[in-house]
Amino acid sequence: MAASHLSGGRVNLAILREAARKELLECLDKCDGTKAVVWDEQLTGPFGLIAEYSLLKEHEVDKMFQLRPGRLPVANVNNIIFLCRPKLALMEIVAQNILKEEETGGSRKEFHIFFVPRKSLLCEQKLKELGVYGTFSNVDEYTLDLIPFDSDLLSMEIDSTFRDCYLEDDMTSMYYAAKSLMSVQALYGIIPTVCGKGDCARHVADMMLRMRRELAGTEPQITPQIDCLLLLDRTVDLMTPLPTQLTYEGLIDEIFGINNTSVKLPPEKFASSKQQTGGPQEMPTEPKKLVLNSAEELYAEARDRNFHAIGPLLSRKAKLISAQMKERHGAKTVGEIKQFVSRLPHMQAAKISLANHTTIAEMIKEVTDSDHFMESLTVQQEFLNGIDTDKVNPYIEDCIARKEPIIKILRLVCIQSVANNGMKQKTLDYYKREILQTYGYEHLITLNNLDRAGLLTVQKQRTYPTSRKTLRLMVDDVSEQNPNDISYVFSGYAPLSVRLAQFLARPGWRSIEEVLRILPGPTFEEAQRIPVGLRKKRTSVGGGSESPKVTLVYFLGGVTYAEIAALRFLSQQEDSLSDYIIATTKIINGHTWLEGLMDTLCPAPFPDSSSTSKSKGRR
Amino acid sequence: MAHVTGDWNPLGQVFYRKQEIYSMGWRDIDLDKFVVAAAPYGGPIALIRDETKLVRVQGSIRPVIYIYTSSGREISSIRWNSGHVIHLGWSCSEELLCVQEDGSVLVYDIFGQFKRTFSMGTEAKEMKVRDCRIFNSHQGTGLAVMTSSYRIFMVNNVDEPRIRRMADVPGLDAPPSSWVVISQDRQSRVLLARENDLYLLDHGGQYSRQLAPVSQQVEAYTEMAVSFNNKYLALFTNTGLLWIGSSDLERAYCEFDTKCPQRPKQLAWCGTGAIVGYWENILLMVGPGKDYVKYNVDSTVHLVPELDGLRILSNYSHEFLHKVPSVVECVFKIGSIEPGAMLYEASREFQNGSPKADEYIRMIQDRLQVAVDQCIQAAGCEHEPTTQRMLLRAASFGKCFLSDMNPEPFVRMCRMLRVLNSVRDFTIGIPLSCAQLEQLSMPVLTDRLVLRRQYPLAIRICQYLKMPDAEGVSRILAHWACYKVQQTHVDDELIARSINEKLRDTPGISYSEIAAKAAECGRTELAIRLLEYEPKSAEQVPLLMKMGRDQLALAKAVDSGDTDLVYTVVMHLKEKLTLGDFLMTIRNLPTAQSLYLQYCKEQNREMLQDLYYQEDNFQESANCRVMDSYNETRMDERLRALQQAQESYTKARNEFAAKVTEEQVRLLKYQIRLEEELKRPYLDLSLHDTISQLTTEGNHKLAEQLRKEFKVPDKRFWWLKIQALAEGSDWAELDRFAKSKKSPIGYEPFIDVCLKHQNRYEANKYVGRIADPAKVKAYIKIGNLEQAAETAMQQRSEEDLNLVLSKRLLTCLFVCLLVTWSRRQRQLTCLFVCLLVTWNRRQRQLTCLFVCLLVTWNRRQRQLTCLFVCLLVTWNRRQRQLTCLFVCLLVTWSRQQRQRCSRVVRRI
Repeated sequence: MAASHLSGGRVNLAILREAARKELLECLDKCDGTKAVVWDEQLTGPFGLIAEYSLLKEHEVDKMFQLRPGRLPVANVNNIIFLCRPKLALMEIVAQNILKEEETGGSRKEFHIFFVPRKSLLCEQKLKELGVYGTFSNVDEYTLDLIPFDSDLLSMEIDSTFRDCYLEDDMTSMYYAAKSLMSVQALYGIIPTVCGKGDCARHVADMMLRMRRELAGTEPQITPQIDCLLLLDRTVDLMTPLPTQLTYEGLIDEIFGINNTSVKLPPEKFASSKQQTGGPQEMPTEPKKLVLNSAEELYAEARDRNFHAIGPLLSRKAKLISAQMKERHGAKTVGEIKQFVSRLPHMQAAKISLANHTTIAEMIKEVTDSDHFMESLTVQQEFLNGIDTDKVNPYIEDCIARKEPIIKILRLVCIQSVANNGMKQKTLDYYKREILQTYGYEHLITLNNLDRAGLLTVQKQRTYPTSRKTLRLMVDDVSEQNPNDISYVFSGYAPLSVRLAQFLARPGWRSIEEVLRILPGPTFEEAQRIPVGLRKKRTSVGGGSESPKVTLVYFLGGVTYAEIAALRFLSQQEDSLSDYIIATTKIINGHTWLEGLMDTLCPAPFPDSSSTSKSKGRR
Repeated sequence: MAHVTGDWNPLGQVFYRKQEIYSMGWRDIDLDKFVVAAAPYGGPIALIRDETKLVRVQGSIRPVIYIYTSSGREISSIRWNSGHVIHLGWSCSEELLCVQEDGSVLVYDIFGQFKRTFSMGTEAKEMKVRDCRIFNSHQGTGLAVMTSSYRIFMVNNVDEPRIRRMADVPGLDAPPSSWVVISQDRQSRVLLARENDLYLLDHGGQYSRQLAPVSQQVEAYTEMAVSFNNKYLALFTNTGLLWIGSSDLERAYCEFDTKCPQRPKQLAWCGTGAIVGYWENILLMVGPGKDYVKYNVDSTVHLVPELDGLRILSNYSHEFLHKVPSVVECVFKIGSIEPGAMLYEASREFQNGSPKADEYIRMIQDRLQVAVDQCIQAAGCEHEPTTQRMLLRAASFGKCFLSDMNPEPFVRMCRMLRVLNSVRDFTIGIPLSCAQLEQLSMPVLTDRLVLRRQYPLAIRICQYLKMPDAEGVSRILAHWACYKVQQTHVDDELIARSINEKLRDTPGISYSEIAAKAAECGRTELAIRLLEYEPKSAEQVPLLMKMGRDQLALAKAVDSGDTDLVYTVVMHLKEKLTLGDFLMTIRNLPTAQSLYLQYCKEQNREMLQDLYYQEDNFQESANCRVMDSYNETRMDERLRALQQAQESYTKARNEFAAKVTEEQVRLLKYQIRLEEELKRPYLDLSLHDTISQLTTEGNHKLAEQLRKEFKVPDKRFWWLKIQALAEGSDWAELDRFAKSKKSPIGYEPFIDVCLKHQNRYEANKYVGRIADPAKVKAYIKIGNLEQAAETAMQQRSEEDLNLVLSKRLLTCLFVCLLVTWSRRQRQLTCLFVCLLVTWNRRQRQLTCLFVCLLVTWNRRQRQLTCLFVCLLVTWNRRQRQLTCLFVCLLVTWSRQQRQRCSRVVRRI
């Protein structure tokens, strides 16, 4: 995969990828001879964005396996390299693999383990306990923190950040975040201004400043390319991930799920294209995998639009392409024909891309046209507007009664709770009871978790209406086709987090001090001292030609595609004061986010009664 | 001042000069009574009493090793109380190596502090060492010993001693006449003379006998010397013959008959150009061209070979014998007409205000560049600052006449001389020459100053030469601080403060190293105080742990935010402390505690419970029990866990959770009963699912019972029941249930569930019961569009009608014909339908045209319609529909209707 789409932004993120690649190869080259790499499943996706298989192959990686309990598949290689996250559970699997491998004997192999992104003492200890630590020739780490997703998007892809920070008080991922900021600063210079909101944001900023002190003068001398860092804690804006995203990309994520910029789609809809090639018609069984990034021209244009604007866009594109195709009739001279032919590959690609996206759009439309979708959306909008947030909602009741997917219920209930700053004890208990009786008692822990995370709580002081009013979170006259405000991403609701970024750029946070005070966590603005020689030279004061500054918005605890779209929208405005780069610990949507907060309990089977086996299948 | 050439002695074509560099600072030292070991590069001098000479001993009979600087200032002394010292020597990092008879080598620093020791092997220990050589190897400083069995053992690097045994010389049963180590081509070999046979030994066990290089017949080679660079060799025979050649014995330069068969006290190379032999009162210097110079000495001297000359230590003075460098010769040689000499003259005349200066300059006008370079170079070779100054002045004078002179060499030379002069100072006592400094390099020089604790000078040199902080000032300050903390007589507070004052503004100082040093000296308090200044927690924590300051280590680890670091301390504490103490310790730090909890969650559930109990965290404790209950494989265990959870919830005042837990226990018990009675699995179903399953199976009574028991709300129960009934295809019961009383959820769900199970017939039954407004939708759902259209018509609901229309297009045509509206409306509907039906744009246009012709409106309306049609062509379907509706409304209806409908439209 080429990385050209990474270098298109104001700050060239391809450098980051290049650095990560180099480090990976250095790690691999530590082991001489042929290698088999055993992957922690969760890492394959992110690694795919860093290095392609052919590159690994050049460095003598012959085989790749998933990390699974039991025996490793047979491989005739000199080295076996484990690449995994520092998780204790994984260590047991690694140990099992090694012990089994040693049992079978065969040719002598060297074992290596690389922790991503950092070594952990606990894991090493666990390996020692399991008696395999000594067999490793190499126990090292591969620091992969921020992975470039697109020319303006970075993600660490750590799943459990929000949960770890707010349920378990485990700030490890925040430490990683601070480290990742240090590696960004090593490549793009020290960021002069650091602001943020929220406890974790403060924590990360503190650690980052501390790490800079630790570097003590040995930092690289680079003129800062990023002017401002905005750290935003997910707790500051708990609302935004909950409602259904209405941008094209957001909807693809909500419906099909985007993982590491690629989406897996049901193959049936794409069957027709095969038919045309004349092959025997057979239904492809493998899901169709599409890579979604700005390398695809059409997608770059469509991704951040409201879904309502996608139809016209696609039809316009279709006309454009057919017009281009027709030009061949007009081509008279050889030169003209040649010119036409040279454009053909590009046109073909555009055509395929158009066909794909038309299919996707149709699939999405099927969903958005359904009554369930519309009704749920209506309820969401009502809550966001503060209508009837303090009583039991009949639609939610019905959904529970119909036993619709629990996450859908939780999303709606959480929206209600957040919009109302919690619910009356009675209402809350009613909902909880309904959920537990319908979906089972095992969700009690999940509900407790949501309580702790502040998503589903007893009523506190009502501050949400104030934020809504001051930050103009609800916009009535929203235009979905030609948006003039970020609220288009939710057809009326403007994400609070992005509003904060918007206000920071203009007119500054001082103007919204009151709201900042009612939002949770501390607010801060700090300056990092930069050697005089490296400071940006300010062109003549008041000169309009000055390019807008670059702001890195770091979402701690996850970001949604809708928020990304909204920030991109801000960048694209003609009078924008800032270009935005977005970094996050993980790209989320309401579904994945709440899923991460759930504790799924599965009853252990009773050995004495075989009849209970059916209950397992239910889950 | 005497002329510079006053002390020059010709040796063949070149000149040698002997300059006094210091008059020795020591008093009452008679070198004759001591064994002398002086380090090269102007290093320190070690003295130990020569036991072969008789002296009157005062006080202790224990020997003392004295260490002096090159200028004779005493640095330290070591009262020797170990074994018999055979040999003293210095390593390249200026450590004193004391080789004992038993083969052990003791290493001291210049302040007489013991550093380490190593042995030359068991054989050396058993057989005793009788002789020793210290040499420069490619790896550092090497050391070779000869045992009394005449075997030679060698290490190439005293810092990492690896003992190698050299090859045996056959038939060697008496001490060899002489031997020397030659270190060349990354290998150290021994050249050994047994009488007049020469052997070259290497550590691979190989020896080779060398052909005698000497042309005359000799009986023995009694002395040999290798030059500083290991390239040249000098042999002295018992006949007084001195042979000079290359160290591989391939080439001979000359043979010189000294006419003195007596073995010289010392034979040493003066740089690479001459060999100096020392006999009683006489120094004989012999060049490769058989030329010689003789110096008389009035007391015992000691010769120290250097890279570019020879230092001569005597009781009262320290002299440097070296070849006069050619540039110096150019400038100062009497009668020299080299440009440098001219420029020097010119400069002198200029200073005297004489016009002759101009004359001299004119003479060398075209070679002025060379002249300046010569003066600069010559200045570097001079020892005396006044001479240096004059030469530099000459150079700078010459520079004035050059327009494109590169100032760099001049500036560099000035800097270098400044540094050299400052270290040559009597108080410092490092008499380095320019060439030596170049070889030694500046960082090494600063290291040596640090070694001598000359911190201020070292720092000033670094600052003067603008060395980067990391390798210059910071490093030196760190060394200083390390030394400072060893001054045990000074108060902790004072030291910490003074260290911080000095180091505050210097980046890149590792306080942890200093602290480690302090801890080594047993000054824990000071170490801790110093660690406060360390910015890197990763460095602080391990040291604090080592010193047993676990609490502090933990706090620091927490501060750093590095969770792995916290775990390091926590795990360390867990092993070290008793459980109770451990828990109390981490209790004070919430971060540490929550991390430990996290660990316990995965690894040690019991401990987790204990922790929650200790903290009175009933809520979490209960949550934990609930989670554990799901892992129990026995029913009674699970029930007990849940009951415990319930108690904990009650304690946590979470009444809701307590209540639902209690209900869950009840439900489980209920389910057990059900399983026993009905012989079907019910366990672990939710209440909803249990009731649902019971209903599907037709156990309505039990379902009802459960519903009452657990107070399931009416609405949900109805939903649940109709879904379950449909699931079980119990249509009769569904019907009965529908009729039992008025549905709290309406009757649409009935239709929904029927349709879900593809039973349109059943669905039809319930349409009639649906309230009017929703009826049309219901009809549409079951696919009865005619009915839907009719109902819509009856209700006069445009919205619903449109809904119908949108659902089935062809049918609408039919509907349009059916309905009996006004003509105009019919026409409009036609238009609308046509637009909807025909997808292709061209068709749509045609239809429009057709419609426009058909309708007989007034002109304005036609225009309006056309306009709309145009708009319609491009939009999507739903919008099209909406707009059509709009058009209809606008055109035909009353204002009130219009308003109502537009409201509807907006909502959609």
